Amino acid sequence: MERFILFTVNGLAFGAIYASVALALVIIWRATRVLNFAQGAQAVASAYVAWVVTDLTGSYWLGLAAALVSGLLLGALVQLTVFRRAESMPPLNAVIVGVGLLIFIEAVLGMIFSIEHTRTIDAAFGSTKLRIADTPLVSPQDLFVIGSVLAVMVAIGWLMTKTPVGLRMRAAAFAPDTARLMGVRVPRMLTLGWALAGFAGALAAMLVLPTSAELVPQAMDGVFVLGFTAAVVGGLDSPVGAVVGGIVSGLVLSYTSGYLSSDLLYPATLVLLIAVLLVKPEGLFSSVQARRV
Amino acid sequence: MSVLRNSTLLRHLLVTASFALVLFLAVYLVDDFSVNQVSTLAVYLCVCFGLTVLIGGNGQISLGHAALMAVGAYTMAKFLPSYADEFGQVSVGVVLAGLLLAIVVTTAVGAVIGLAAARLRGPYLAGATLALGVAVPGVTTYFHDTFNGEQGLPVASPVVPESMASAGWSIDRLVALIAVGCAVVVLFLVANLKRSGFGRHLAAVRDHEIAAQLCGLSVPREQVKAFALSAATAGLGGGVLGLVLQGANPHSFGLVLSLTVLGAVVIGGLGSLRGALWGSLIVVLLSRVLSELEVNDNAPAAAYGLLLMIVMLAAPGGIQGLVARLGGHLPRRSPQPQGGN
Amino acid sequence: MNRSIGRWQGAGRARRTAVAAATLSLALVAAACGGPGGGGSGDGGGDVPGVTDDTIKIGTTQPLTGPAAPGYARISKAMEAYFDHVNAEGGIHGRKIELIVEDDGYNPTITAEKTRKLVLQDKVFALAGALGTPTHTAVLDFIRQNKVPDLMVSSGSLSWNQPEKYPYTFGWQTDYIREGKILATYAQKEFEGKTFCSFGQGDDLGADGVKGVETVLGGDALKAKETYSVSNTNVAPQIGKLQAAGCDVVFGFMIPGFTALALGTSAQLGYKPQWVISSVGADPASLAGYLKENAEALTQGVIGALYLPVIEENNSWIKLFTEINEKYSDGAALDYTSLHGYAMAYAIAQALAAAGEDPTRESLIEAMEDGAVSRGPSPTPYAYAADDHSGMTGSYVTQIDKLKVKVLTPPMVTDDGDGPVEEHTEPEEEAPANGVPE
Repeated sequence: MERFILFTVNGLAFGAIYASVALALVIIWRATRVLNFAQGAQAVASAYVAWVVTDLTGSYWLGLAAALVSGLLLGALVQLTVFRRAESMPPLNAVIVGVGLLIFIEAVLGMIFSIEHTRTIDAAFGSTKLRIADTPLVSPQDLFVIGSVLAVMVAIGWLMTKTPVGLRMRAAAFAPDTARLMGVRVPRMLTLGWALAGFAGALAAMLVLPTSAELVPQAMDGVFVLGFTAAVVGGLDSPVGAVVGGIVSGLVLSYTSGYLSSDLLYPATLVLLIAVLLVKPEGLFSSVQARRV
Repeated sequence: MSVLRNSTLLRHLLVTASFALVLFLAVYLVDDFSVNQVSTLAVYLCVCFGLTVLIGGNGQISLGHAALMAVGAYTMAKFLPSYADEFGQVSVGVVLAGLLLAIVVTTAVGAVIGLAAARLRGPYLAGATLALGVAVPGVTTYFHDTFNGEQGLPVASPVVPESMASAGWSIDRLVALIAVGCAVVVLFLVANLKRSGFGRHLAAVRDHEIAAQLCGLSVPREQVKAFALSAATAGLGGGVLGLVLQGANPHSFGLVLSLTVLGAVVIGGLGSLRGALWGSLIVVLLSRVLSELEVNDNAPAAAYGLLLMIVMLAAPGGIQGLVARLGGHLPRRSPQPQGGN
Repeated sequence: MNRSIGRWQGAGRARRTAVAAATLSLALVAAACGGPGGGGSGDGGGDVPGVTDDTIKIGTTQPLTGPAAPGYARISKAMEAYFDHVNAEGGIHGRKIELIVEDDGYNPTITAEKTRKLVLQDKVFALAGALGTPTHTAVLDFIRQNKVPDLMVSSGSLSWNQPEKYPYTFGWQTDYIREGKILATYAQKEFEGKTFCSFGQGDDLGADGVKGVETVLGGDALKAKETYSVSNTNVAPQIGKLQAAGCDVVFGFMIPGFTALALGTSAQLGYKPQWVISSVGADPASLAGYLKENAEALTQGVIGALYLPVIEENNSWIKLFTEINEKYSDGAALDYTSLHGYAMAYAIAQALAAAGEDPTRESLIEAMEDGAVSRGPSPTPYAYAADDHSGMTGSYVTQIDKLKVKVLTPPMVTDDGDGPVEEHTEPEEEAPANGVPE
């Protein structure tokens, strides 16, 4: 029973992180039909910014704030410089551009930050599990992870549905020509979408990196794959799907690693993905139906 | 030259023979160190010829083709030792038999994956193949007794026949010869397949699924065939890579390799065999040039990433697209696939 | 209509391709001269590759980029610093040592390429100190085929000790089976009656370590045997299982990053076993880099193995390497990772010196197999012989106390098989005055 609680809490915490990455991917996909393959690399770059700020000021929270701000800026920058042209190209080209950007960002980070030093990102709160009747349950950090991702999701959801800016962003995504006629600055809205995605990605990095041993340029690659899986499982068109996909993936993978073997993390991801897509080829929450003749 | 005009087969034979001649000379003439890179080039050629047909000719994306290469390499690793002598070496004939087996096994695996993939489109297919690509290390560690986990399995080297050894052929050079031979055979077969009904059906499904169905083609069947073909060439390439590295090991068949071969076919020009040649050449030459220049250790990767972005944004048809435009030829079909969505 | 145009173009293109290929081939042939490889048999018989009258060239492959790199980079820096010192003191038999360091990113494909570059292009005299088990395994056959001396491989795997199959390859540090045996012997005495378990990396490091432990304690002594894979940093499931099994003593065979993860995760779960870990993960300075302000609390009392001199005891070797580190390296303090690099470089220098005034690859191998390399800074002697290419025969058992290393036993030695674990009582060697072996 103890182990079940451990694996469940573990699964929810990691699931929240995958959901954050998935949300970043879904926001961009819905707006521009681009799969941002460099999302993980952008996220880890934001984490390096946090590390530098924390190193200079000694404050974790300033570092976190710096990461989130740099996530916004980097997301916008990446779209303005690189992806704007890719938006009008066939989807495969945009994937390659993302791959190229991923490789480039990680290599540049490797050049700037020499490997002789060990760098880590701290947890925001304690990671020791609180106990009830001598059974370890959740730690303050677990609650922070789940809570902050939920808060961000709610905030983004509110932004998209209840504010004029959100309405403009959705209009720019679904009907760009009509929106343009109505006075919406479509390119600016798209850039804003990318900025929000960068924010979500940076948050995911700051939440997951305390659990891995060390901050290296490749640290988000695995999380990106898992977040991508979560987005695909949930349905790329659906933000709700991103969240559900994240939680489901997190739990399934946690139970598999726990009860079977931690070697099976990625093979289990593959099995989960195939299982869901064979039944619903466009994800759990997709509304687009394949046209049959 | 009306003979050439009328017979695709003869034309392809002539081109393939020329290709073979240049490659054989490369194997024969370059120094001991560079011969290894000729082998690597041949490996990329094998994989890319098939992959470019899958992605460009049939519209299906694969982000995990290194996993199929791994199947080829591990097949070699499991098959060869039963025929090895006391030094752990095998005859060339056994090596060739092993490669044939690698092709068969990987084609079967590819067909199974193709069955699952046939239901998926665009980014969903990308996600599934990505997950496939990163699952390899986990499988080798979980089934530790069969695959020996992260340390991998050795692949036996061929014995250099007496006559060649006394003429100065080293094992690396012999492997390069085998590798180049495989690339030539793959080129010939894939070129002919592309021009035949097989290739035309693949393209029809890529361009307009519904129209193809109306013409009587089964879309899933064509997609499985394309996947199987690309798996066959990937398995062969992977088997040869196992020979070159003298081992099969999950680190060598990871996401990096999947993305590299993908980048190579896209940079070279999707759907075009010549494109696969350009892309493979660029990948091998770029890494050689950059390591000679001895800039920062991360420089080759940074340069490759930049190149991918620049080519994709400035010349989306890849190098072959550029060449065709510069040469003033009207391309027979648009260099960009219509995408199978 | 289109088809015939296509065919015409195709025929023309095929002809042009053939002509181009023929021209290119003629050019290549004209530029060549003879047998494969451009003819001419390279060195004319007598020359020794990599050796001139005033230099010896050696090469090494190390992970300097990629996820495995942090931590290991200090080793090659230390090697470079040591050879800078040797060259400043006049070199070995009057020859300066040129060390070529190649990065392989912990990827065996790149290791294969870089090793070939070192042997075939740079034409090094010998390879030395190559780091990484799966990476170096990929080039063993190539090294044998090219008859290159491959000294002091930097890993405790037993793959480097196969004199019949790989006669040119030699290990250096105490292998994982020996460490497992030594740690198990100590644990058996000190923790009699407790529940023993293990947590190891999913490759030779973990497997051989556990084998060593079971040789001493018995095949069914370990109640739970958990493993981790380097691609998955979430070790909570495994630690949870160890906790649930009631393990009092856990033998750990982990790299420093995962040692830190294991210690941290156990604390989060409120689980406090006695950790008994191999040398690879037991350097307090490396662990402090990961655990930061919690390092002292989390590492307190952790028992480990050590095949290097104890820095805190400041013997002649520590003084020597500290001085070299300050002069030739970039000012970071001496820790066990860089000490590993220095000690290894010293052993390599010993081998090169023992190869004689006119070294050849054969004389180098002979020197190694004759046991001409004395133990130098190592607390235990080397096993080098014609039928044994393993390196050090044992280590200290140590404990981390307030982030410093405390020695619990004298140096213990053993073999790779069923032999006993015994104390090694000979006095340690003194460092030569100028820090260069004779």
